[in-house]
Amino acid sequence: MKIDKNTTLKIAKLSRIKIEDSEVDELSSQLSAIVDWVEQLNEVDTSKVEPLSNVSMSKLPLRKDIENLEDNSQKILLNAPDKLENYFAVPKVVE
Amino acid sequence: MEFKTIKETSDSIKNKKISIKELNKIFINRIKKNTNLNSYIYFDEDNIFNQISNHKNQDNILNGIPLAIKDLFCTKFMPTTAASKILKNFKPPYESFVTQKLLDQGAIFLGKTNCDEFAMGSANTTSFFGNVINPLSSKDIPLVPGGSSGGSAAAVAANLCLGATGTDTGGSIRQPASFCGIVGVKPTYGLCSRWGIVAFASSLDQAGIFANNVEDSAILLQSIAGYDKQDSTSANIKIPNYLSAINSNLSGKVVGIPEEYNIKGIPDEISVVWENAIQKLEKGGVKIKKISLPHTKYALPAYYIIAPAEASSNLARYDGVKFGFRADNNASLDEMYEMTRREGFGKEVKRRILIGTYVLSAGYYDAYYLKAQKVRKLIANDFVNAYKECDFILTPTAPSAAFPIGEKEDDPIKMYLNDIFTVPASLAGIPGISIPFGKSKEGLPLGIQILSKHFDEQIIFDVASYLEND
Repeated sequence: MKIDKNTTLKIAKLSRIKIEDSEVDELSSQLSAIVDWVEQLNEVDTSKVEPLSNVSMSKLPLRKDIENLEDNSQKILLNAPDKLENYFAVPKVVE
Repeated sequence: MEFKTIKETSDSIKNKKISIKELNKIFINRIKKNTNLNSYIYFDEDNIFNQISNHKNQDNILNGIPLAIKDLFCTKFMPTTAASKILKNFKPPYESFVTQKLLDQGAIFLGKTNCDEFAMGSANTTSFFGNVINPLSSKDIPLVPGGSSGGSAAAVAANLCLGATGTDTGGSIRQPASFCGIVGVKPTYGLCSRWGIVAFASSLDQAGIFANNVEDSAILLQSIAGYDKQDSTSANIKIPNYLSAINSNLSGKVVGIPEEYNIKGIPDEISVVWENAIQKLEKGGVKIKKISLPHTKYALPAYYIIAPAEASSNLARYDGVKFGFRADNNASLDEMYEMTRREGFGKEVKRRILIGTYVLSAGYYDAYYLKAQKVRKLIANDFVNAYKECDFILTPTAPSAAFPIGEKEDDPIKMYLNDIFTVPASLAGIPGISIPFGKSKEGLPLGIQILSKHFDEQIIFDVASYLEND
């Protein structure tokens, strides 16, 4: 298997998604099947090919550096599960 | 009157045969009678009547026209969930560029339509708000509407709105349009702004539309296309008047038929529909040209590296701090992140985040992500070469008709194969349309796909208009 139990736990940690021990085996085999399948790409010779990261036909425009004052903080904070004054609040990080 | 098309309905409003309020009431009642389809996530009569009482008449064909919005577009006066638990309490502080354009032209929004969670799926079975049922299902066997824009497609097909927005990352407009027997357009990457659309895979995501016929689809695309400085990939080009320019005389045009789309194991009925469409084009004076898109086979595997990679990055923002939902177990910061994302995301979304994280992780980036981007270049080049020999390309839209809910759920790769004919164009950024053309043995609609060059949406409408009319 391409993606063993430890790899699954490692990428779950990197992704900040909690995975229960009971789920690891099934998930590892599903992820391995997907990785095995995408590895078909190794059949293609890409030694002389540039990667394509953007299909947009337009050139990236430069904008003028103009200050724009807009205070949306109250509206944005309406979506905060927890807030303190004008800030998002999170669990305590430092004791 | 039936009120099935935008063009006719708009005339009725202009000629005062019906008021905007009466018209929208008809659609409200239809939606209420068809809640079993589960096509809307958000539907609130009071909200609609509020829009109508604040409505300012616009000298525009969309004035008063009831539309449905895929729940991936941020809307100020309606919640936006992306069909995910993690966004179930999210109220966007701003309006997406595309929906703002529609509002400015006088459209009424009936509600937000169901879709696959974060647009990840091909059957609308990954939504936190449940499956959408294809309105063409028989009583005994509920069928999928396709995905990810399944709610929009079902709502248009069941006449629960006069048109709808969708988004297409790998086929999410074209495939459900095919499954529901309606018209769906995915424009060129960059034609419509992505500003305010919940991001899935940014280099592929494109807004588009659903309609009951080709004319309406031209009207709707025209109304959402256009430059937006807030999206750095938005194209600053003049948008033609697609509707008035439609020319269904195709004499002398050349259609490319890609041999690689003759895939083993595809049901005969799909090939028959394809062949019938080719013959019809030939009758209209179109020259048939066999073409080769040699890297077609590698489009899906390349897509299933690139799209999850971009998704894993885009979805990192859902961390339990800013978007409404936070898990109850949050004693530490890490626990809050991990439990919020565990509880907030569904299975398919988590799978894709994990795959995306894997292919971007140290030591694997070159082997997977960079490799996929190189193959993407080859696929894009295939189309560039093909268009030296033809004006447009004709293919089936999907490898099957709509299938029963629950089918293909055991194996993610089986589900991914639904997009086999739509993904290559997405990787190349070129536009495509699906229009209904023929039926399966069970009497279900089958779509045909027309592709063209970057920003040549006009020929797509020309060809679709010709194929639509007998």
